[in-house]
Parts: sequence; structure tokens; C-alpha cells
Amino acid sequence: MSEVIVVTSGKGGVGKTTTSANVGTGIAKLGKKVALIDTDIGLRNLDVVMGLENRIVYNLVDVVEGNCRPKQAMIKDKRLSNLYLLPSAQTRDKTSVTPQQMKNLISQLREEFDYIILDCPAGIEQGFKNAIAGADRALIVTTPEVSAIRDADRIIGLLDASGCQKMDLIINRLRMDLIRKGDMMSVDDVTDILAVDLIGTVPDDENIIIATNQGEPLVGANNLAGQAYMNISRRIIGEQVEFLDLNNSGFFARFGAIFRPRSRV
Amino acid sequence: MNVLDIFKKNNSSGNVAKDRLKLLLVSDRASCSPEIMEMIKNDMIAVIAKYMEIDGSGLDIQITQTKENGMEIPALVANIPILQIKHMEAEG
Repeated sequence: MSEVIVVTSGKGGVGKTTTSANVGTGIAKLGKKVALIDTDIGLRNLDVVMGLENRIVYNLVDVVEGNCRPKQAMIKDKRLSNLYLLPSAQTRDKTSVTPQQMKNLISQLREEFDYIILDCPAGIEQGFKNAIAGADRALIVTTPEVSAIRDADRIIGLLDASGCQKMDLIINRLRMDLIRKGDMMSVDDVTDILAVDLIGTVPDDENIIIATNQGEPLVGANNLAGQAYMNISRRIIGEQVEFLDLNNSGFFARFGAIFRPRSRV
Repeated sequence: MNVLDIFKKNNSSGNVAKDRLKLLLVSDRASCSPEIMEMIKNDMIAVIAKYMEIDGSGLDIQITQTKENGMEIPALVANIPILQIKHMEAEG
């Protein structure tokens, strides 16, 4: 039984690619066979976040046009032997692929993989339609900002209309210092507004920038963001994982947490 | 953080953001695509034209907010210029 998950947000720059890389790697670390597909044709990025940019021979458009077999285009991850990336094409555009071609490709890959994760482009046009065409469920990534949440709400409506059965929300880039001061919407504020289940929250963590610089997803690392992504990965495969306290860093923070609104990853 | 800020928490930028967003989403969720609005408009013209002569080109419909029992709810507002009312007997 394979599951196809699209990672989407509407707005650009909220962390779709970072989430795809970390959740894909996280699920692979949990022993599942995972395919990551970058569907952002023309703006290829997932390969650099994964650190696999030097190994690309064929890409998504080559596969759908029949220039190569899916297996030839899939790049095996540097660290995990059960994780593969199908990179996007850099010199083509979104119209090079149709929703039907994506469906066909995914149904071929289902036989081979436990989880297929699609990194969706920003926007709601052709690229979005291609990405959601073959998906069973969606991870909606947002940040606690008016613009990102508005776009997420629009995406939820479009996914609903397309018959998407399961949607889960990830709130990214939370800053506990700002939430404490009342200068950022809290997890509860966001979940009050968006009518989907929360599957995890990720703090704004400098380790993510460092990991992206190095091309190594930080899921599972001994820091808050690494733990947050691992928890999300576990929840996706159906494990019950308690939400960790985001304030939980150091003795004073722990002591101070008694007086603060709680926020969990 | 100023001591006085504690009492101003409701005006914090986080709350401002939440309130703006709530209002925004009411209108976002209520609005239809331009194609649907055009279809509603044409259907309205067809129905009303049975009873009165109207200026179809001057017809304007919009989805706006109205306040009902303190709650913002979406409302369809139509502005339909009447040229002449047809005087006809109700049948049946």
C-alpha cells in the first residue's frame, strides 16, 4: 500500500521544499521506501536542498516524454539507500507536463515505493494542478503570517474542490519570542482560522539555514527543527507522537514556560 | 517591553493580524469566480426580464459583507436599473 503526498502552500517561500526534503528523508529513516518528486518545472530546487544537484542525468520531463525510464531518472540519496529523488527540469516550463501524465507516472511508481512525496510549485496554476493530480493526501505548509495563511485557505478550498480526501497542516517558522510578546499569531490562532488538522509545527531555526547550505536535511538531528520534522514524519506514517514543547530549550526557558502560552511541535 | 504593554495585549500586532485575516477570509471564501458571477448575472436578467424591462448592461452584482446579530456574513447585492415595469395580469 503506497501513499502519495503533495506538499503545497499557495504562497512561495514558506518552506515547501525544505519540508519535502525533511519529511521524505524522515520517512526513509523510519525504514520506508520513499520517492521525492520535484514538480516545480523551470525552478528546480529540491535537488540542491537534498545535496544531489551534481548527480542529475534525466529529469521529470524526460520521463513523461518517454526519453528515459523512471528508474533511469531517479537519483539514489547519498546517505539512505531507500530514498530516491526525481528532479524537475530546469529549462522547460509547467506546460511540458499534464495532470494525466503525472497520474500515469505516479501509478507506475506506486508499485515500487511506500511513499511518494511531491514538492508542489507556488501558485495555483498548471504546476499546482499537475502536482495534486495523482496525490492521495496533502501537507499544507504555512507560516504565521496573514499572506501565507490567506493563500493556504485558498489552497484548502481548491484541494477540497478537486476531491482531496486528507489534508494536514504544518505551521512553519514559528518564533516563540514573538508569540510571547503577542507579535506573532500562535499555533492556536492559526488552527482556529484554517479548517484542517494540525500535523506539526516547526520553529524558525537557524539550523535549517545551515542544513540547506550543506545540502543535508536535518530531520532527526538533535535540535528543535530536526525533532519537529522527525515527529511530523512519524505522524505521517501513522504513529501517535505527542506534541513537544517548543519552549523546551534550557533550564531558564523551562522555568519560564510556566508563565507562557504553550506551543508545541 | 514596557509595563504598560501588558495591558495593551489585545492591540498587539499578532491580534491585529488575526482580526485582519478573519475579515479577509470571510470575503475570500464567499467570492465566486468571475465566470460564475457572469452566469448568475445572466440568469437574473432572464428571470427579471419576464416581469419588467431592465437595462441588462447596467446590471451590477457584488458579494459584500453585512452585519447580522454582530456577525459578518456575506451578502449578494444587485443593482438593477429598471427601464419600464410591464403591467401584466398574474395568471392562474
